[in-house]
Amino acid sequence: MKTLAASALAVLAFALCLLSGASVAAEPCEVPSYLWFGATELKHVAEAVKKDKKLTIAVVGTGSSILAGPDGPPSAYPARLEAALKQKLPSVAVKVVTLVRTRMTAADLAQGMEKLLVDEKPNLVIWQTGTLDAIRRIEPDDFRTALDEGVETLHRGGADVILMNMQYSPRTDIMIGLGPYADNMRVVAQQHEVPLFDRLNIMRHWSDTGAFDLYAAGKDNVLAHRVHDCIGRSIASMIIDAAHLKPADFKAGQ
Amino acid sequence: MHAPVVTTGRDLRLDLFRGIALWLIFLDHIPSNLVAWGTLRNYGFSDATEIFVFVSGYTAAFVYGKEMRERGFIIAGARILRRTWQIYVAHVFLFAIYLAEISYVATSFENPLYAEEMNILDFLKQPDVTIIQALLLKFKPSNMDVLPLYIILLLLFPPTLWLLLFRSTLALGASVLLYVLTWEFNWNMPSYPSGHWYFNPFAWQLLFVFGAWCALGGAQRLATVLRSPVTVSIAIAYLLFAFVISLTWYIPGMGQYVPHWLEEVIYPIDKVNLDVLRFAHFLALAVVTVRFIPRDWPFLKSRWAWPAIVCGQHSLEIFCLGVFLSFAAHFAMVEVSGAFWMQLLVSAVGILIMIAAAGLIRWYKLAEGRSPGSRSMKSPDADLAGGEA
Repeated sequence: MKTLAASALAVLAFALCLLSGASVAAEPCEVPSYLWFGATELKHVAEAVKKDKKLTIAVVGTGSSILAGPDGPPSAYPARLEAALKQKLPSVAVKVVTLVRTRMTAADLAQGMEKLLVDEKPNLVIWQTGTLDAIRRIEPDDFRTALDEGVETLHRGGADVILMNMQYSPRTDIMIGLGPYADNMRVVAQQHEVPLFDRLNIMRHWSDTGAFDLYAAGKDNVLAHRVHDCIGRSIASMIIDAAHLKPADFKAGQ
Repeated sequence: MHAPVVTTGRDLRLDLFRGIALWLIFLDHIPSNLVAWGTLRNYGFSDATEIFVFVSGYTAAFVYGKEMRERGFIIAGARILRRTWQIYVAHVFLFAIYLAEISYVATSFENPLYAEEMNILDFLKQPDVTIIQALLLKFKPSNMDVLPLYIILLLLFPPTLWLLLFRSTLALGASVLLYVLTWEFNWNMPSYPSGHWYFNPFAWQLLFVFGAWCALGGAQRLATVLRSPVTVSIAIAYLLFAFVISLTWYIPGMGQYVPHWLEEVIYPIDKVNLDVLRFAHFLALAVVTVRFIPRDWPFLKSRWAWPAIVCGQHSLEIFCLGVFLSFAAHFAMVEVSGAFWMQLLVSAVGILIMIAAAGLIRWYKLAEGRSPGSRSMKSPDADLAGGEA
């Protein structure tokens, strides 16, 4: 019924386009400016890119940072982020490493940060977390403490941080109380002045505008791939924006 | 269905606001519901839960306090415990509905995008442990935290009420002390599989006991303070302050105007432990309400107030129904459409069902009260709120 209504709408929209003669620029990955919380600077990223023409990014996260199946890894957002950055900064050696461990809470992930700094020496760590904490209903205070400690460890180790919150999942959102965890991530991001990639509200926006049907059920990989592609590209824009990089300065051959 | 509202001695303002609180809780429980933007929580620190807990404490003391004075500790205590048992059964019933919905999701939803979210089903792999933990009130799914709080508060209410009746200041003092010690030593009850109660009973008891204290003469004692222009102005100023702060949560760019030191002081606003800012916000709302809405406000007896009042007078049934309806509304939004018109529709239909159900329960009670051979209607108030406290 839902798909029927959606296709009816699509047909209607198409008809309207034809009638008006205008071509609506379909930009499914569009993120409205009010969702870019945190006007903070990614200093280490800026330095690495400008001085060394090198950028190492580590994605630390849980199950929603990967996709299953043989075509999963190249389609998941860390790989899409790498591709987008390489395209925008062709003269910079961009490397995105993924350190994903499923079923880990923020506290579990925070413990691995020291080792991560030594092993990978990232300029930037994208820390995706919160979902499992919400599912297991971890004490929100403990969750915040874990975030605090993780971010402090990373800052001490000379890495920039971007926090990424949960996915918007309309089918399960009555069962998983994300609220306190999303709020705590925002508070920690503000206190430590790190950008928050507000995946929850960005995906909600995409759902509301009809860019994606996130209510869909079934084993459809296409939707997952498209969403991850958008997330990867959006983070790439966020990084370029927050590190005050001008893509024009990093064209190939420079 | 427009049955007359029982008025003798009962403050209808309480029923009105508890009824409205029940509607707001229902709206807040439907995820992704734009209608919930109109609810209290978006315009200040406290939300409908505070109203619900306070009014519940007030009515419990109003009804059982009278009973305890007239018929003694044992009878009143026994009735309170019977009520506690009813609420426990209601909670288990809601848990069964929750299990049904989540099991349905488990079998019908396989979107690879949401593999991680499906960890919510982990507990179905160990039904033995989970169901027992749920019966022990340690495993509480999201949105099902209020009734366990209520169960604990009522379970301990007989001695609390006794103390409130005969040493009211001491009782209130003990409640405040417990609240302070809870903050000092981080007391809370353990949850399964981890963490603690989402509504910490050691902290939230303050609001319940305070409500009870007000019902047993505290409100009269505070009357001069409550009506003083100084108190009212402070309350209004605080509500405005909370409103401005809450705007910064939703309007980007406004956050920068909040001084850093103020952020340090007020955040995080802890719902688990009934943050003092939330408590104060509720008090301010109460002060303003009492100041501007008189007890004999004609509106309270009009047909327009009836829907909220009748819901407020059957709060347990309507609360449970509201939780169920929020599941059903979410289900409808997932299966049919999540569009705004649908959100409006499920919100409105849900509230209408709550009103109709409350009217029906009221009708049953009146019918039973009139039929020969049934329990006498000697104290209609106690019967009314005995079902409702």
